[in-house]
Amino acid sequence: MIGSLDTAVLQQMWWILISVIGSLFLFLNFVQGGQTLLWQVAKSEEEKTLIINSLGTKWELTFTTLVMFGGALFASFPKFYSVSFGGGYLVWMGILFSFIIQAVSYEYRKKPNNFLGAKTYELFLFINGSIGILLIGAAVGTFFTGSNFTLNEYNQVTWTNPLRGLEAAFSLFNLSLGLFLVFNARTLGSMYLLNNIDFTKTPELEQRLRKCTLRNFIVSLIFLLYIVGYFVFANGFDVNSAGLVTLVKGKYLSNILSMPVALISLLVGLLLVVWGVFSTSIKNSFKGIWFGGLGTVLIGLTVFFIAGFHNTAFYPSKVDLQSSLTIYNASSSHITLTAMLYVALFIPVVLGYISIVWKKMNAKKLTLEEISSNDESY
Amino acid sequence: MTGIDLSVVDWSRAQFALTAMYHWIFVPLTLGLSVLCAFFESIYVKTGKEEWKKIAKFWMTLFGINFAIGLATGIILEFEFGTNWSNYSWMVGDLFGAPLAIEGLLAFFLESTFFAVMFFGWNRVSKKFHLMSTWMVALGSNLSALWILVANAWMQHPVAMQFNPDRARFELKSFWDMALSPVAISKFVHTTSSGFLLASLFVVTVSSWYLLKKRHIKMAKRSIIIASVFGLLASGFVVMTGDESAFQDARFQPVKLAALAGLYKGEKKAGDVVLGVMNPSKKIGDNKNAFYLSIKVPWMLSLLANRKLDSFVPGIDDFVYGNKQENIMSATDKIKMGKLAINALASYKDAKEKNDKEKASAALSTFNKYEQYIGYGYLKNPTDIVPPVAISFYSFHIMVALGTLFPILFLIFLFYTMKGSIVEQKYVLMLGLIGVFLGWIAQEAGWVLAEVGRQPWTINGLLPVNVAVTNLSSGYIKTTFFTFLILFTLLLIAEIKIMLKQIKIGPEVD
Repeated sequence: MIGSLDTAVLQQMWWILISVIGSLFLFLNFVQGGQTLLWQVAKSEEEKTLIINSLGTKWELTFTTLVMFGGALFASFPKFYSVSFGGGYLVWMGILFSFIIQAVSYEYRKKPNNFLGAKTYELFLFINGSIGILLIGAAVGTFFTGSNFTLNEYNQVTWTNPLRGLEAAFSLFNLSLGLFLVFNARTLGSMYLLNNIDFTKTPELEQRLRKCTLRNFIVSLIFLLYIVGYFVFANGFDVNSAGLVTLVKGKYLSNILSMPVALISLLVGLLLVVWGVFSTSIKNSFKGIWFGGLGTVLIGLTVFFIAGFHNTAFYPSKVDLQSSLTIYNASSSHITLTAMLYVALFIPVVLGYISIVWKKMNAKKLTLEEISSNDESY
Repeated sequence: MTGIDLSVVDWSRAQFALTAMYHWIFVPLTLGLSVLCAFFESIYVKTGKEEWKKIAKFWMTLFGINFAIGLATGIILEFEFGTNWSNYSWMVGDLFGAPLAIEGLLAFFLESTFFAVMFFGWNRVSKKFHLMSTWMVALGSNLSALWILVANAWMQHPVAMQFNPDRARFELKSFWDMALSPVAISKFVHTTSSGFLLASLFVVTVSSWYLLKKRHIKMAKRSIIIASVFGLLASGFVVMTGDESAFQDARFQPVKLAALAGLYKGEKKAGDVVLGVMNPSKKIGDNKNAFYLSIKVPWMLSLLANRKLDSFVPGIDDFVYGNKQENIMSATDKIKMGKLAINALASYKDAKEKNDKEKASAALSTFNKYEQYIGYGYLKNPTDIVPPVAISFYSFHIMVALGTLFPILFLIFLFYTMKGSIVEQKYVLMLGLIGVFLGWIAQEAGWVLAEVGRQPWTINGLLPVNVAVTNLSSGYIKTTFFTFLILFTLLLIAEIKIMLKQIKIGPEVD
């Protein structure tokens, strides 16, 4: 059945898959958010140990999802891979550096003779959770604000801004999206830690995390409102039936309104996040992460859907509108999209074993006793 | 297509080489050590003896330290195809992206999900589930190697694709032809078994140190036995697939084969220089001797290349200047035809733009006639088709010499350990101490040969490096190059210090 699908259908299905992976990544950023809370909510070495070990069983999942996101984009939309990574060289390098330093930090922080000292590895984790996520947000922001590139007839990219992608961080919208992600990750991080840690011996930590959830949510809401406002009023990059790209006022608003799925997803997502935060900070629930997480995934889906669907250029060029990338002109061939869709049938299997392991590993709450009895602890 | 500053190509290559070589310090160890840890834990589950659990946990600690830095150095490689080789990413992303995505989905998630169980699940899951998780990490690591090697094998021997002139890129024709290409299969087996070999050497080295220090003797001996048997088996596969690689090079990358053998003038019954010092003043096409000193095994190269003692093995000069008798086209002719293909593609694009169907179809048929040589059209001189000969020759010979030594080393260790006198064999243990370092040299030499030997191509015969690269200013690449150099070196120092400390602390046995 998959073999007989139209190229356009395959391109759309792949954009949905990319949106799902990207949105799951945003949920899994609770790890990064938790990392930035380390110095703020942990007042003793024991509390720090609890936080690091709680995040320590999940960080690789987030890391792998980022790698997966890159790989899936390469396979399905190679022109994006080529234009964005090659063109916006410095912004992507910045993001990658923040993940390189994250990868060693959990393992090396507490090991004796670790050369750079525990504080340095904690700083690495903070940089990854703050600057790393901010830059990812800024890079995703360019889906709506556009970048500075042209393509020649052989689809080779020329970037016209000497900052090579870092300029993305100087747009108010991109910056807001980045900061929204940072504070949303912190909200999710607090809720995840509440869900996973046994607070019997550290009740103050629990109270601090509950406060933290609310505060970070309020800050993220300010940025989110700006983002939604931008979608309502800003020009967007429309593609007509002949493939001509033009700037159209209220484009993203019209995308949201004409795709009920995107609208519902946004509203339900928002409600879920609000409920997650409310139940955590007011009703003392430990399950806020599930609502906040699902809500984040739904908001993420809306963002990706209005960027790529409804005749929109998902990676627009500000300097040469006709160089803009759409899911139709940037994709792989029919045969590759088809082959990869067969591979994607494994996604439920992967999600299945991840859930089983998650359930088993998180069945008991994390205690200091367990951490000190395991010599592999972080 | 636009011309690119040569120093950009060099710096991009340097950056890729730097990151890949750092990454490859850790990956083979991960590949093999994950399997060895799973073996040790299997014995524990089977026998129920706590001492085997402690042995397994000790090697797992070292595995974990190595794994973390492997991830850190690995994430950059995937994205570097986009950041530094953006034209490559577009031109072959339709083929090359697929194995990378599959690697993420089918391998990395296995590794990262079960890694958490392996290290933090001892008290949270059952014994059997834990063992299964350790095996899943081993399977995940080795599956990831499979897909990235499918991708690399395709760069060495591109198959299963066709060029789409409208989109100016290569497109996939058959997924299975790419995934099951013979080069991919032998590359996968060669690389993973060499990883098993390196991990065995690692275990032997650490255990030798304990035996010299007279510490943890029981654990060290047990580890040596398992590692030596595993290492011997792995060596067998390394040798078999290494031989297969030479045979494949003769068919798909004959210039690489000529370079690694230091063979300038093709000959029948070609001998192989097993030990030699190359003459640096030797130039392609001149009559100087390629070696100052050399020990040659007669007929050996013909045997390796074609499995026939009297067969003809073409040399570098044959490929550059052509050899009518052996039906080998000269590089000059290939470059000429490549340029015809490039011009035809440009005329085709131009005619399409002007909607001149007749001209477009004529240009397309010219293009189709010469398209297999299109990559050559971007080369300037016929000698450009030759990879650096000395680097290829020495890296090949270092790899092979060390690869021959390792099984002997394992046999010696196995013999004395079984005999019960390994603790007294001071010199053997001292040799064991350097084992893993020799292993790393062989590993890096192997990749230097594979990648430098493919020059000037990113994709063999189709896409030279100067067309594949991103249009960047070299200043940016220098900045990121030195940032990587400093960062990776710092992390490596940290890794070594932590590793040595953990080895010093040792397992909680005896």
